[in-house]
Amino acid sequence: MSTVVTSEKIPNNVDLSSDKKLQRALEAWQPKFVDWWKQMGPEGFQEDDVYLRTAVSVDSDGWAHYDYVKMPDYRWGIFLADPIPDRKIGFGDFMGQDAWQSVPGEFRNILRRLVVTQGDTEPASVEQQRLLGAICPSLYDLRNLYQVNVEEGRHLWAMVYLLQSHFGRDGREEAEALLERRSGNPDKPRILGAFNEPCKHWLSFFSFTYFTDRDGKYQLLALAESGFDPLARTTRFMLTEEAHHMFVGETGIQRIVERTVELMKKNKNEDARAEGGIDLPTIQRFINFWYSVSLDLFGGEISSNAANYFASSLKGRAKEEKYEDHVALTQVMNIDVPIVEAGAFKGMKSEEVPLRNAMNEVLREEYVADSQRGLDKWNRVIEKAGFSFRFKLPHKRFHRASGIYAGLTFDPEGRPISREEWEAKKDEWVPSPADDAYVLSLMQKPIYDPNQMANWIAAPPRGIKGQPVNYAYVRHEA
Amino acid sequence: MADNAHGSQPVVRFETHPSRYQHLKLSFDGAIARLSLDVVEDKPLRPGYILKQNSYDLGVDIELADAIERLRFEHPEVRAVVVSSNQPKIFCAGANIYMLGSSTHAFKVNFCKFTNETRLSLEEACAESGQHYIAALNGVAAGGGYELALACEHIVLCDDGSSAVSFPETPLLAVLPGTGGLTRLVDKRKVRRDLADVFSTLAEGVRGKRAKEWRLVDEVAPKSKFDETVLARAQAFVSSTPERKGPGVTLPALEARRWEQDGRCGADYRYVAVSVDAEQRLAQVTALGPEGAPPKTAEELRRLGADAWHLRFARELDDVLVDLRFNQPEVGLVVLKTAGDGAAVRAWDEALLTLAKDDWFAKEIVLKLKRTLKRLDLMAKSLFSFAEPGSCFAGTLLELALASDRTYAKSGETQAFIALSSMSFGPLPMPNGLTRLETRFLGEPGKAEALREERDFIDAETALEKGLVTFAPDDIDWDDEVRIAIEERASLSPDALTGMEANLRFAGPETMESKIFARLSAWQNWIFQRPNAVGERGALTMYGRPERPEFDWRRT
Ligand SMILES: [Fe+2]
Ligand SMILES: [Fe+2]
Repeated sequence: MSTVVTSEKIPNNVDLSSDKKLQRALEAWQPKFVDWWKQMGPEGFQEDDVYLRTAVSVDSDGWAHYDYVKMPDYRWGIFLADPIPDRKIGFGDFMGQDAWQSVPGEFRNILRRLVVTQGDTEPASVEQQRLLGAICPSLYDLRNLYQVNVEEGRHLWAMVYLLQSHFGRDGREEAEALLERRSGNPDKPRILGAFNEPCKHWLSFFSFTYFTDRDGKYQLLALAESGFDPLARTTRFMLTEEAHHMFVGETGIQRIVERTVELMKKNKNEDARAEGGIDLPTIQRFINFWYSVSLDLFGGEISSNAANYFASSLKGRAKEEKYEDHVALTQVMNIDVPIVEAGAFKGMKSEEVPLRNAMNEVLREEYVADSQRGLDKWNRVIEKAGFSFRFKLPHKRFHRASGIYAGLTFDPEGRPISREEWEAKKDEWVPSPADDAYVLSLMQKPIYDPNQMANWIAAPPRGIKGQPVNYAYVRHEA
Repeated sequence: MADNAHGSQPVVRFETHPSRYQHLKLSFDGAIARLSLDVVEDKPLRPGYILKQNSYDLGVDIELADAIERLRFEHPEVRAVVVSSNQPKIFCAGANIYMLGSSTHAFKVNFCKFTNETRLSLEEACAESGQHYIAALNGVAAGGGYELALACEHIVLCDDGSSAVSFPETPLLAVLPGTGGLTRLVDKRKVRRDLADVFSTLAEGVRGKRAKEWRLVDEVAPKSKFDETVLARAQAFVSSTPERKGPGVTLPALEARRWEQDGRCGADYRYVAVSVDAEQRLAQVTALGPEGAPPKTAEELRRLGADAWHLRFARELDDVLVDLRFNQPEVGLVVLKTAGDGAAVRAWDEALLTLAKDDWFAKEIVLKLKRTLKRLDLMAKSLFSFAEPGSCFAGTLLELALASDRTYAKSGETQAFIALSSMSFGPLPMPNGLTRLETRFLGEPGKAEALREERDFIDAETALEKGLVTFAPDDIDWDDEVRIAIEERASLSPDALTGMEANLRFAGPETMESKIFARLSAWQNWIFQRPNAVGERGALTMYGRPERPEFDWRRT
């Protein structure tokens, strides 16, 4: 069981006080982080008390510590899952060797890139969500937003710890750069596309936490297998937090759907919009959008980088132990590859890709299956209410901006269509500016009264940590 | 030349025109031209690879070479050329790896040589033609992509967190940047050698301000200011460069007549003819001298345009040389002959050089001759010149003989004459920066200069005495000597000959250019052959495959 010294500036279970150099480096980084948080974190609520969970240790009761805290005073700490004694590398060319406790020189650069790419997503999402407080549907939701935000901040700390402790001067510079990039800023954008997409309102927020945080889950699962043990332990602990983010997304959309069907029943035309709700087709369009941009995050379908990561035992598959062959040298995966001639789409052909080169696709497939589960739950709500509408995940090829389908146009069923047809139909499939405007119009009046809930979303069945739903989760003077 | 391709390589043609470009977009805005890379993935020169991420193959580079050449002749008004990419996030990923991986060794070497010559012509355009190339790196410039930027006079890198310059060759592929990149880093840009070492082993490359600090680029600009920064730089080049009076001179197609007959093939141009005897592995190139009086004024020269003898001859010879390199890999010996009036060659030489003092077009022609003759110096084939009666190895055409590994001049009753002209003394230097005469007489300082006094035609015997030719057999021995010289040469190892000739041709000082080619042959070509790169488990072979490469760790 790990020990935690909570009286320190930086709560941790990595025995920071015995590594003075690292401690100094992190203490030097901390004020810059807080500056970033104040500048780019939640706008307008920095001085409020928020009922937050703080991780104070990694054991099951230790990290469920709840109390009011002002966000800039949140104790972001460094926690690694407890070490597995004599851990062996579980896949790739180094399978069976002792897991690395320090970075192998040969892989330093690509490992750093992996850590930076993961790390960059954490502050990015905080930036994307920083204005949502002003249009929140309830204090319960507001608190959930901030819980997600402070934990993304802690995930940033986790990655920065790895950079500072294992990657020398380059690592320190990358740690600074993580605070300098800005989501959506064309001059210093965040590294990955989805993390530069604006998250304008709560429907996007819930979609983001459901779909995009779920990409995070799969990336973390793959990194949790890493032969580089500090990375594996860090990501294993991050996964426990990630689960809550997806819970916020899944239940958020579920509650919108519950409210929508209620409003549909109320209206003689089953028109949710007429009752000030969000109609199901609009929700479907946001599903289509955030799902497809999240699919892009997995990287190219056929990727020499992916093969290299796996071969080098740096990034495995999610839950590697459930596979039989951990070397994956002899297997192939069939991937539908578009045939393009002279810029024109000519059809698809199935291509046998060495499994290692298809690792991004392996992870994406798991993600696809996992994403379906939420839709099934939401569809049950609609079914129980007696409506025939059903949500559907669009095809993997739909609305892709990277990988082999990028630049081509497919309908949500994955059928190739002309660019003209795409232009004509895209407003049916992905949110239009009018959709954003409509959804935003519902949220113009934020709800800061604990006894109220916005009209477009149902109340949750229960509150947090045994508190009632109408608890003052955020003490905010409106 | 007829389709006489060997092995798997299809015949390559080097003539093209902007109207036929597939991968480049050339556009003009007054004195600023834009050369945008937009490589079409599914249009490789031969099937078997996809040109992803603006990577290039010979087909792309042929367009680039053509564009640089046409800008010089057809667009004298252009004083700045912005090289950029039309594809998002990527400037250029360099030479296509799968193309290299599936090419024969000979093709790779010739490909690298050609791309090097193209980059050098770009640099020459900056230095000599008042056309300043600016690399606008609006994305990643990797490997050959960065080497293209290095050839430009000014590099602007977009500071957007992802645009980078990089040399991933060594860490990823176990080879070297093949287009002079390493040499240009330390020689041209004067990047500190230790930083260059770090840079060249860092697959992901260097971004933003650090790229500037390390001198890898000249300027960085945020994305929102990128276009205006590049434009301002282009305008600065325009305003600091003297204007060249138009109009330009159009370069028409050469329209060679290609033939094939009795196991031989060839091509007839207007002033150059080539015939290849596959069985003897021999090519004979014959150059015809000019006819009539040379143009006396810039206007007269302009009226001749691309038909002016020097220009037409240079373009034709150039086309023959690249054709021999790529399409006739088994030809080991090129026999150079001339026919015509040596006095006319000299008259045209003097007229052109006089005009070149003030006229940009005349100067461009001289530069084109210079590039073409360097191309000849760099042939990985033996070069023998045979001067016979009726030949005209004079001035410009004497350079063919001086570039040759040996020259045979016929003596006796009807003998050959050669002659010097002002072209012999400076306008046409070799890659080492010296004239061919200076290089030839490196052991006799002052001799090359003293030859300026030789104003007359020199007979074969005298030429032999003066060291201007290698042998001067008389008419009784000539046929036999020539036959034996050819047969003997044909019997020696092609590899050893290539190495030997390259060592002997470039005596004297090094220039950046000579270093680039020397290192290309000595290192890159060697590494490209080694199991660590192209063996069954070599890095180039394994690239993109599921397994990691394995190395033989012994250092050489
Ligand atoms: Fe996270
Ligand atoms: Fe998250």
